Amino acid sequence: MKKTLFDKVWDSHVVSSVENGPDILYIDKHLIHEVTSPQAFNVLEEKGIPLFRPNQVVATADHNVPTENQHLPIQDALSRKQVSQLTKNCDQYGVNLYGLGHPYQGIVHVIGPELGVTQPGMTMVCGDSHTSTHGAFGTIAFGIGTSQVAQVFASQCVLVAKPKSMRVVVSGKLHPSVQPKDVVLYVISKLGTDAGTGHFVEFAGNVFEEMSMEGRMTVCNMSIEMGARGGMIAPDQTTFDYVAGREFAPKDEELTAKIAHWKTLPTDEGATFDTEHHFDATDIKPMITYGTNPGMGVKISEHIPTSNDASFVKSLNYMGLEAGTSLLNMPISHVFIGSCTNSRIEDFRAAAAHIKGKQKSPDVSALIVPGSQQVAKQIIAEGLDQIFEDAGFTLRQAGCSACLAMNDDKIPAGAYCVSTSNRNFEGRQGQGARTLLASPVTAAAAAVAGKIVDVSQA
Amino acid sequence: MKKFTLLQSSMVPLTVENVDTDQIIPARFLKATDRKGFGENLFRDWRFTTDGETKEDFTLNQSQYSGSILVAGNNFGCGSSREHAAWALADYGFRVVISSFFADIFKGNALNNGILPIQVSPEVLQRIFAAIEENKGVQATVDLENQQLSIAETDIAVSFEINDYKKMCMLNGYDDIDYLLSQKEAIEAFEQNRS
Ligand code: SF4
Repeated sequence: MKKTLFDKVWDSHVVSSVENGPDILYIDKHLIHEVTSPQAFNVLEEKGIPLFRPNQVVATADHNVPTENQHLPIQDALSRKQVSQLTKNCDQYGVNLYGLGHPYQGIVHVIGPELGVTQPGMTMVCGDSHTSTHGAFGTIAFGIGTSQVAQVFASQCVLVAKPKSMRVVVSGKLHPSVQPKDVVLYVISKLGTDAGTGHFVEFAGNVFEEMSMEGRMTVCNMSIEMGARGGMIAPDQTTFDYVAGREFAPKDEELTAKIAHWKTLPTDEGATFDTEHHFDATDIKPMITYGTNPGMGVKISEHIPTSNDASFVKSLNYMGLEAGTSLLNMPISHVFIGSCTNSRIEDFRAAAAHIKGKQKSPDVSALIVPGSQQVAKQIIAEGLDQIFEDAGFTLRQAGCSACLAMNDDKIPAGAYCVSTSNRNFEGRQGQGARTLLASPVTAAAAAVAGKIVDVSQA
Repeated sequence: MKKFTLLQSSMVPLTVENVDTDQIIPARFLKATDRKGFGENLFRDWRFTTDGETKEDFTLNQSQYSGSILVAGNNFGCGSSREHAAWALADYGFRVVISSFFADIFKGNALNNGILPIQVSPEVLQRIFAAIEENKGVQATVDLENQQLSIAETDIAVSFEINDYKKMCMLNGYDDIDYLLSQKEAIEAFEQNRS
């Protein structure tokens, strides 16, 4: 039988199936962080059971860590408690923790790939919806709730019904100004935020084949924003080259054997999907969102659509925007370049290339937050920190930061923030904050101009 | 987990669509290390102003609406995987959420916390909203055994889907973790076979 990439990886991880119920899916790697793990460790404690496979768990602190003075004790008492609880739990149960101050610390979805923990053909879970990021490697990776985190601790498995499959094909030549973020925002704006519900999505077509691993991660990261459990891209030479040589990647003969196996994973010619969507790459232009869900996006050159739908009206009210108007040249006061969507070295290179030799607008505060300590180190090694500093941007230490505003990095109420993160929900970046999602280049350009600009026109 | 068999209750309408988990429980309340007390901050920014004043026009603040059934607009629970959203709903006292569509992770989290998500057609959802408007205290009956939802004083009586395994768990108050622990040998055998 012809199989999809998703089928091949899923089927090889099914321990058994419950009659008329879910599959018992074996999990190769389990990533955890401070926010969604404490209650799961409590379950082990309450039941008096051990952590089944501690070597397959990797932990970091990212969601509520400060991005300044990370060498000092955390100021916020609750955050400090959550982070120290994680340290204590990891000690007690023998889990590898890359906590604050560790050279490998960072956003969980940035460090997995960077350390070679993430490899093609695996199953991975984390108590975080953007676990979908790791699908860029041809991995089945999805977010789970804390009860399931406890289940994986206890059994290295989750109980989950096999999702349906969807293929999103984007083919043709992209405009040179179009970034991977624009591609995924475009797809979500066309399909809507619930189109992928119940599905795993494979992104296919020359646009994704030609993308770097960083770009593929940006795309798969946002597959959850179209409702999908996760996204995947077939592993190829670009994938193998990225994985090879990383800290926890297989080496020498083992790597050769693995690559031979990974080459068998791509979807068989003629395999079928439950749903398919095709898009023409030439129609994609730099994108921006105007509403309070990631599907409410337009090309920067387009106008905000009109609708009488109550939820649409409520959303525009919150955003202080008017239907039928253009966002072009609208003044903004905040820019955030970071989050697991766009905080890898390639994102900062792209932003720096735009910023070099320019100054940010005096009316904008612009925050640059690397996804990991390693990315932060690379920024310095390549001299990008100097470019950011000269242009008046603020460079911080690694963490989730203003993506969800659990720490002090908040956008003030009513302010407009062009953000490279993945969610523009009400209050996501701070109570009353108004988020406009865009690519790192569009965000950098907005910081320089003090308003929204269309980089395809530059 | 609490057992769920039959529930009769009035309903709380929330007509907004695409209610995301950041609205259900904003991120700044996720710093706790246990599962208790999240109900206090359920829909925090819709219930209260930044100064902590009650927003009178929000459904949870309107005394004519009460009960342990939340009826919500399409695509409820999208966004984050935070189970805190389900804990907040359960802690506040909701046992059932009715909508025309649920986000995947939320649905799983709800079921793992004894909250029954009932998916109905968009048309039935509108009729339920209308029935509540007509009579704010109208009673709904949820019969899990027979997978039936009915609304008193109306002709709304529909069946709903739930997979057999999850139904068995809800009816008996079983957790997935107990089932998985009972499968340890099979899991170890699986590990042996693949290495
Ligand atoms: S960067 Fe944002 S989306 Fe990514 S894991 Fe952190 S909080 Fe979640």
